[in-house]
Amino acid sequence: MSNQEKMSCERRRILAATVAVGGVGAAAAVVPFVSSMLPSERAKAAGASVEADISNLQPGQKLTFEWRGKPVWILKRTQAMLDTLSQQDSQLADPASDKDSQQPAYCKNSHRSQKPEILVVVGICTHLGCSPSERFKAGTDEGMPADWKGGFFCPCHGSTFDLAGRVFKKMPAPDNLEVPPHRYLSDTRILIGEDPEA
Amino acid sequence: MMVTQSVYAKYKSDGSFLGNVLEWFDARFPLTSTWKAHLSEYYAPKNFNFWYYFGSLALLVLALQIMTGIFLAMNYKPDASLNADGLPVAFASVSYIMNDVNWGWLIRYMHSTGASAFFIMVYLHMFRGMLYGSYRKPRELTWIFGVVIFVCLMAAAFTGYLLPWGQMSYWGAQVIVNLFSAIPFIGDSLSLWVRGDFVIGDATLNRFFALHIVAIPIALLGLVVAHLLALHENGSNNPDGIEIMDHKDEKGIPLDGIPFHPYYTVKDIVGVAVFLMLFFIIVCYMPEGGGYFLEYNNFLPADAMKTPAHIAPVWYFTPFYSMLRAMVWNFFWIDAKLWGVVAMGGGIVVLAFLPWLDRSPAKSIRYRGPIFKTLLVIFVIGFLILGHLGTKLPGYKYFGVWILDGDVIAQIFTLYYFLFFLTMPYWSKMDKCKPVPERVTWK
Repeated sequence: MSNQEKMSCERRRILAATVAVGGVGAAAAVVPFVSSMLPSERAKAAGASVEADISNLQPGQKLTFEWRGKPVWILKRTQAMLDTLSQQDSQLADPASDKDSQQPAYCKNSHRSQKPEILVVVGICTHLGCSPSERFKAGTDEGMPADWKGGFFCPCHGSTFDLAGRVFKKMPAPDNLEVPPHRYLSDTRILIGEDPEA
Repeated sequence: MMVTQSVYAKYKSDGSFLGNVLEWFDARFPLTSTWKAHLSEYYAPKNFNFWYYFGSLALLVLALQIMTGIFLAMNYKPDASLNADGLPVAFASVSYIMNDVNWGWLIRYMHSTGASAFFIMVYLHMFRGMLYGSYRKPRELTWIFGVVIFVCLMAAAFTGYLLPWGQMSYWGAQVIVNLFSAIPFIGDSLSLWVRGDFVIGDATLNRFFALHIVAIPIALLGLVVAHLLALHENGSNNPDGIEIMDHKDEKGIPLDGIPFHPYYTVKDIVGVAVFLMLFFIIVCYMPEGGGYFLEYNNFLPADAMKTPAHIAPVWYFTPFYSMLRAMVWNFFWIDAKLWGVVAMGGGIVVLAFLPWLDRSPAKSIRYRGPIFKTLLVIFVIGFLILGHLGTKLPGYKYFGVWILDGDVIAQIFTLYYFLFFLTMPYWSKMDKCKPVPERVTWK
C-alpha cells in the first residue's frame, strides 16, 4: 500500500541486492540437508564381495545369496533347461543381451554365464525391484501359459523371464535381469562382486 | 496501523466474571470474531444432504490419526537391525505394542483402521465434489488444496506402511521408491536419495518415520487450514450447485443460508456418532478388514531375499496401481515403465485440472444432462473395477472366463479414466442441461 512511485531507485537496488544475497544463502543452506539424505559413508562402504559355496547345488536347483542387500541367485541348469534358451528368441525383448549394463562382457553369450549350466543373476526385477519367483516347470502346472518353457515370474507386475533371466516382450520390465560381476574361486566356490582375474 | 477483523465488534462484558475474562481475551486475540467468521456467523446453504458429512468426518479421522499416532510413537522403534530373537527391532516393537502395552492393540488398530477410514471419507468427499460441481469457479483453489491434501495423505499412508517393517511394508516401499528411477536422467539418483541406501534399509525406515510423524502431519494441518480458509472465502457449494450469496436479506445474510453453528455442527455430530459406531465395530471385530485394511503378508517380518507370492498395495492405492500396471507398451521412444509411472501420477494430477476441464453450464448433477450422468456412472464403475483388479495378481480373469481378462479390462478402464477427463471440455459443453433454479430446492 506504500507509495511505490516515491520509492527511491537506490533503496530499491539495495533491497534487490539484499534479497539476492539472502536467497543465495538460503539456497546454500539447502545443500547440507538434501545431501544428508544421500547414502552415508557407512552405507557406501558396505558393498563387500560375498563368497558362495555351490558344492551342494543339484541340477535344476537354485540357491540365493545376499550381496549388497540384494538376492543373488545361482541356478544350475539341466541340459533340458539349457535347450529352451535358443527356442524363443523371437519372444524375448533382448535375446542377444545387447544391453551392456545388464551383464559383464564375459557373460554376453547365449546362456548369459561363464559356465553354460551355472547362471548367476541378481534376483531383482528390472521393473520396480521385486524379487521374481521361480517357475521352472514347463507348461501350465505352475499357473503359467501353455507355451511356458520355464523361467521366472515377477509377482508384482507379471513380468516373465526365461531361464537365462532374459525378459519377454510386452512386459513391464524393460531389461534382462542383471548378471553381477563374479569370479570362480574353484569349481564350487564363486566370489560375487568381483570380475574374473584377467 | 492495520485494522483487522473490523466487521465484528469486540466483546463487551456484561460485568460477570466469565464476561470479563472473555472481554480481556477479545481485546488481545481475535476470539469472538474468529468464532463468528467461521462458525456462528458463517452461513452455509440450508440444503446440505448426506454427502456433506464426509468433510467433517475426514477432519475427525485426521484428529484421531494424530492422537493415536502420538501414543504409538511412544513405543514404536524405527530400527531395522535384528534383535536377540532375530526379529527386526521395528517389527518386534509393533508386536510389543500389540501384546504388552496396555491397550496398545486398541491404539494401533484405531490407527491402522483410521488410515483406511481416512481414504473412505476422502474418496466420498471428492466424489461429492464431482456430483455437485463443488470445484467450479470460484472454488478452484479449495479443490486444488484438496487434491494436494489427497497427495499428502497418500504420502502419509505410504511412509506409515513401511514402519511395521513387514513383508508388504518392505516390498511395497521397494516398488514405489523404484518408480522414481523410471524418470529419465535423474531417476536413479532420485530413488537412491529417497532410500538413503542402495536398497530399502534402516536409513529408509528412519527417514520414513521422520516424514510420517513430523513433516507430513505438519503439511497436512497447514493444507487443511488453507482448504477451509479458501472454502470460507466464498462459502460452500450445495446440492443445487447455485450461489446462495446471490440472494441476501437487508442485513447481507444469504436467504438460503443458515449459521454453521449450531445447525451443521449438530448435524455433523449425528454423522460422528454413526461413524464412530461403524469405526469401532471394525476396530474391535475385524481390524484386518478381510486382508484389505491390514494385509496378511505384513505379519511376516521384512525379508530382502524373498518377495511374497502375492504382492498388492493396500486397497486405497489399487485404482492407481492398476493404471501403473496397465501400461505394457513402449510408445514412441518412452518405455513402458515410464508410461506406467506417468499414468499413475497423471491419474492424480489430472484431478487438479477438473475446474477447468468442466465447461458445463450447470454445476450440479441435478441439472446436468444424460451425457454426464452416463459417463459418470461408467467412470465410477471403472474406478471400482480398477481398484478391485489392483488387489489381484496380473493375469486375473473374472469368473475364470478368458474373455474377461483383468489385464485388458484394466487397460480399457485406464484409457476411459483419462478420456473421461481429457474430453470433458467437449462433452460437458454439448450436454443438455436443465434450467438451474434461482433458489435452493428441497428434495
